[in-house]
Amino acid sequence: MPVITLVHHDGRRDALDVPPGTSIMHAAIAAGIDGIVGECGGSAMCATCHVYVAEGKMDQLPPVDAVEDAMLDSTACERKPESRLSCQLRVTEEFDGLVLFLPEQQV
Amino acid sequence: MSVGPTIVIIGGGQAGLQAAWALREQKFSGRIVLVGEEASLPYQRPPLSKGCIEGSQSTDDLLLRPPRFFSDHDIEVRTGERIVSIDPVERRAISASGSTIPYDHLVLATGSRNRLLNVDGGRLEGVHYLRSIEDAAAVRHRLLKTNRLVIIGGGFIGLEVAAVARKMGVQTTIVDVAQRLMARAVSSLTSEYFHDLHVGSGVTIRYQTGIRTIVGEQGAVTGALLDNGELLEADQVLVGIGAVPNIELAQNAGVDVNDGIVVDEFLTASDPNISAIGDCARFPFGGGLARFESVQNAVDQGRAIGAKLAGRQKPYAAVPWFWSDQGSSKLQIAGYASDHDEVLLSGELRDGLFSVFCFRRGVLVGVESVNRPLDHIAARRMLQSGNRVTTAQLLESRFDLKTLLSRIGNRAAGAGA
Repeated sequence: MPVITLVHHDGRRDALDVPPGTSIMHAAIAAGIDGIVGECGGSAMCATCHVYVAEGKMDQLPPVDAVEDAMLDSTACERKPESRLSCQLRVTEEFDGLVLFLPEQQV
Repeated sequence: MSVGPTIVIIGGGQAGLQAAWALREQKFSGRIVLVGEEASLPYQRPPLSKGCIEGSQSTDDLLLRPPRFFSDHDIEVRTGERIVSIDPVERRAISASGSTIPYDHLVLATGSRNRLLNVDGGRLEGVHYLRSIEDAAAVRHRLLKTNRLVIIGGGFIGLEVAAVARKMGVQTTIVDVAQRLMARAVSSLTSEYFHDLHVGSGVTIRYQTGIRTIVGEQGAVTGALLDNGELLEADQVLVGIGAVPNIELAQNAGVDVNDGIVVDEFLTASDPNISAIGDCARFPFGGGLARFESVQNAVDQGRAIGAKLAGRQKPYAAVPWFWSDQGSSKLQIAGYASDHDEVLLSGELRDGLFSVFCFRRGVLVGVESVNRPLDHIAARRMLQSGNRVTTAQLLESRFDLKTLLSRIGNRAAGAGA
């Protein structure tokens, strides 16, 4: 099962086994990760599941669509080139080893 | 171990959970007790009328936070416990099992319940309402065997279920007392679009008629007799005619109520030791009082309570937003436009890609977007900016919301300098 590592703002790390097909947002909530809020339940309507993708890995992920792009302009912490909404990242085997950094806050 | 005052939250829905969570995020160090009547830990309700009916989403998969969240944050969560009264003088809540929970501050997040259809036959087997996990499971279970479904009420719940039922091949009829769908919530243009969408997918709609009786044989529903005399045959009836706020605990404790627990801009009730949030709260909005039943309202008010009780109170002023998935169409609403007097349409209804901009006295108050999420996001930001957007500005921008937004934003920044 693909392993995704979430790095909290304070440097703590959580490694999650995420079944393929699951969004990283859902997996993080199920694992009790507070740094991911996901208040709209994955409808790309709230921008509270913001993550920063580790350097050099953006190209390996599915592209940002127009809706995610617009929502990313509404994140609580600064949008960076490596910003994504984790509800839009549905895990496949290729995600194994991915490292994501959590912003300081989501709201 | 908690140090400091005790905050008791009655209601284990999204608002109650959010209040508890926000308190801890705001470093509140006292005791938090979250009491919910339902057996489940707090869960998401929106999928209950969509994926959970269709079967694409499991009802096991709805928890807003996992069990460990509550112990991690020192939140005492009591599920399956019903509070039957509040003693506002002694400041305590009393549960059905007789236990007494003392509080320093009480948060009422009691939600709303389904408005009941008071006609003969309303309790026949096969007559359903939809609010809880159990309801959704029962609706789906029966729908799998149903040939003819009658939905009473052309609101969000009824229409979302109608779309799923048609997808499952069930013959579906909607009955509504109003002249159009979602009449109290959306503009006539949006109603018109969804009428065509549902009729186009094979739904039959009867407007401007109520239900005289629900008829049955051997205890099970066989049809619905309309006020106009028509008999619709059915082996399942879903009633979705709105909700009423759960105000009785407050009312019996002498707290002011008026189709909701009346609160001020800090969400404080007439008793200063009591707040109300979510579906049950009637709060100052747009020069009057309003009550909203939505995820956004639950979450934002829960968060506002967390800040207030942690000593960082500010007037509640969030822009409402809402969504409804009906078949292939996603309706998103920003703001609140039920009393608009003018609309501008961007896009075409027939393409299923449009936004209706609603104005009151020349000022934008709400935007309904269908399959135009970018418009929705821009609309929320326009309304959140606090700047007045006029019909003239919107026309002049030719609906280029991004540019309009940046002009408004610049003006706002300039005003602050």
